Amino acid sequence: MLRALLARLRQGHRTIAFPDGAPALPDRFRGLPEVDPSRCPLECRACAEACPTNAISTGAGRVAVDLGRCLFCTECVDACPGDAIHHTSEYRMATRSREALLLEGGPLDRARALEERALRLFGRSLKLRQVSAGGCNACEADVNVLNTVVFDLGRFGVQFVASPRHADGLLVTGAISRNMELALRKTWEAVPPPKIVIAVGACAISGGPYVDHPEVLNGASAVVPVDLFVPGCPPHPLTILDGILRLLGRIGSGERTLPPPR
Amino acid sequence: MTGARDIRNGEALALEEVPVVGFEEFRRPLLEGGSRLAALFGRRLEGRTRLLAVSARAETGSLVVAATDVGERYPALTPELPEAHLFEREIFEQTGARPEGHPWLKPVRFPSGGAGTADFFRVEGEEVHEVAVGPVHAGVIEPGHFRFQCHGEEVHHLEISLGYQHRGVERALRGGPDKRTIHLVETLAGDTTIGHASAACAVLEALSGTRAPARAHALRAVALELERIANHAGDLGALANDVGYLPSASFCGRLRGDFLNLTALLCGSRFGRGLVRPGGVGFDVEAERARDALSRLEGALEDLARAVALLWETPSVLSRFEEAGRVSREAAEEMGLVGVAARACGLERDVRQEFPWGMYRFSQVPISVAGTGDVLARAQVRWLEIQRSAAFVRDHLRRLPAGPVRAAVGGLAPHRLAVSLVEGWRGEICHVAITDGAGRFASYKVVDPSFHNWTGLALAMRGQPISDFPLCNKSFNLSYCGFDL
Ligand code: SF4
Repeated sequence: MLRALLARLRQGHRTIAFPDGAPALPDRFRGLPEVDPSRCPLECRACAEACPTNAISTGAGRVAVDLGRCLFCTECVDACPGDAIHHTSEYRMATRSREALLLEGGPLDRARALEERALRLFGRSLKLRQVSAGGCNACEADVNVLNTVVFDLGRFGVQFVASPRHADGLLVTGAISRNMELALRKTWEAVPPPKIVIAVGACAISGGPYVDHPEVLNGASAVVPVDLFVPGCPPHPLTILDGILRLLGRIGSGERTLPPPR
Repeated sequence: MTGARDIRNGEALALEEVPVVGFEEFRRPLLEGGSRLAALFGRRLEGRTRLLAVSARAETGSLVVAATDVGERYPALTPELPEAHLFEREIFEQTGARPEGHPWLKPVRFPSGGAGTADFFRVEGEEVHEVAVGPVHAGVIEPGHFRFQCHGEEVHHLEISLGYQHRGVERALRGGPDKRTIHLVETLAGDTTIGHASAACAVLEALSGTRAPARAHALRAVALELERIANHAGDLGALANDVGYLPSASFCGRLRGDFLNLTALLCGSRFGRGLVRPGGVGFDVEAERARDALSRLEGALEDLARAVALLWETPSVLSRFEEAGRVSREAAEEMGLVGVAARACGLERDVRQEFPWGMYRFSQVPISVAGTGDVLARAQVRWLEIQRSAAFVRDHLRRLPAGPVRAAVGGLAPHRLAVSLVEGWRGEICHVAITDGAGRFASYKVVDPSFHNWTGLALAMRGQPISDFPLCNKSFNLSYCGFDL
């Protein structure tokens, strides 16, 4: 017992200050891609051709990157002859719509808070049922990490629950294999309305590395309506946390203050 | 031996050198003992199915490759070679060739949908009841279906039905290599990115005649051991959690992240995405970065040692670990278990020692074994391995070979076969690739360690209280996606 207490003392306080403090990300972290089309050689499509998931489209002096398909690999960067594309350290990438993930030079329209009624219901307490459906388990691993003392998701009132009946929504990962389609639908139906769906990772948004495989449905939207899209392969835990907190109006512009407790 | 060809781990040979022998000649050496089945699969050729077996012969450090042609049916190997049971179900599912006499010929992954819709083994009798769990589970866990036959609390039989994560990876790899190949192998099992990517790169390099530079081999091995440390640390925490011992659970949960962040220090990704690349590695590690990694490693290890020591000092933890989910050495051998699960039963199986590749040819990691085959043994093996992996990482980060980190990879030679084995953190990973006349993959076979080991979990549950399932399950911590492909 005494040793347990001593060990506890030595481990110290490990919860990060997020969202108040600046997060520590590795210097090689690959966040939001940034393109400078003025550096693109004429007619060059090297990045688009190198991209494993065809996330990039080019034409008419523009380069569009679909964050929903992007694996945040380095293929496009390595292929580019003009240093026109690189990853920034920006980890805040979640959006409310699939379309907002299509980056065409403008700023990213980051996720905004839920509508008034939903926010009143979920703002201080959000219970999520996780459904894993046709991915590689990396997204699940980095969702799970939010429960460690480092991120301590519970302090924001967000919790993963064991039954869809106890949940306010689903957090979906994976490209939705045909073998999981029914289970996902049934789980969604079992959540009492109003309910929300959060799609985490390239797979759940677009099919990710498995996009257009006949064995998958190219993401959660094929089966359930999605309220929050969190890109990445897998997204960094902070990208997921940031997205959830934006949805709950705890971070972000156009932020709504929480309704007063009653 | 006339009926088979021996190669080394990570070697390729011309397809015509793999003898296609009669079935008897194919079968006999497999039953002889002294080897384990690393892969057994079928390919549809015109009007027939070609079976190909790779057996791993530890004594000689060689991989024995043999082939035979069968028609619509053939005598099953499983009755005499139980470790072939899932391989033969897979052959039936993928090619239609029926192993006659297979005791439990059921789908493996349900590739055309409807996972789980099949007959399950049932124990009949008064007061016998069935418990069905999944595919959606109570935690943040991959999908799978578990069917328990219980008498009261006691489990008589557990049948595990998977396929829910099936996303067509092996099929998609055929016709490659192409720009998606490396990303598909990195995501075969996301927590084993380094392991699977290393196996695939070994195959690609063997088939293209590429020699990855020494520095790249060292960095791959460092990353592989970091992957092992991170996952083992997480598993020890999860085991503590399942017996309600929260101090170690929460310390280890945090520390797993610290180890993952070490991998992120090397390549930007906590899972090692982008690090292992055909021809070498995608990122170099400068002296400064290596020093930083080393000092962070030491800090995290010290904390981990304390967190784990608490486990061994706490009688309530030990009494829950001891005797829980025991698998006998004989059963482990018969069912072809690999990795931590096998070593916990006293089997000295470790690809790093038996079939060394890359850096492991020059630098040995002792095999960590325990004898009791229970949850405690699986926990002990993990802790031993963490320490030995840490020593390896320390050693290699301090003296990385000089030179480049990546060599150019050309096209693949036509009509060749290559095999690579890698000791991933769960156990033996096997990739077998065959090229066609144009140097494209005509076949790409992946065997994740979980493919061998799920049966081990089912055996471990026999005679156990069903309430111990989470604990036993965690002590194996197998991959669903690696199995489902
Ligand atoms: S980083 Fe994204 S856009 Fe660039 S090649 Fe990789 S997947 Fe495509």
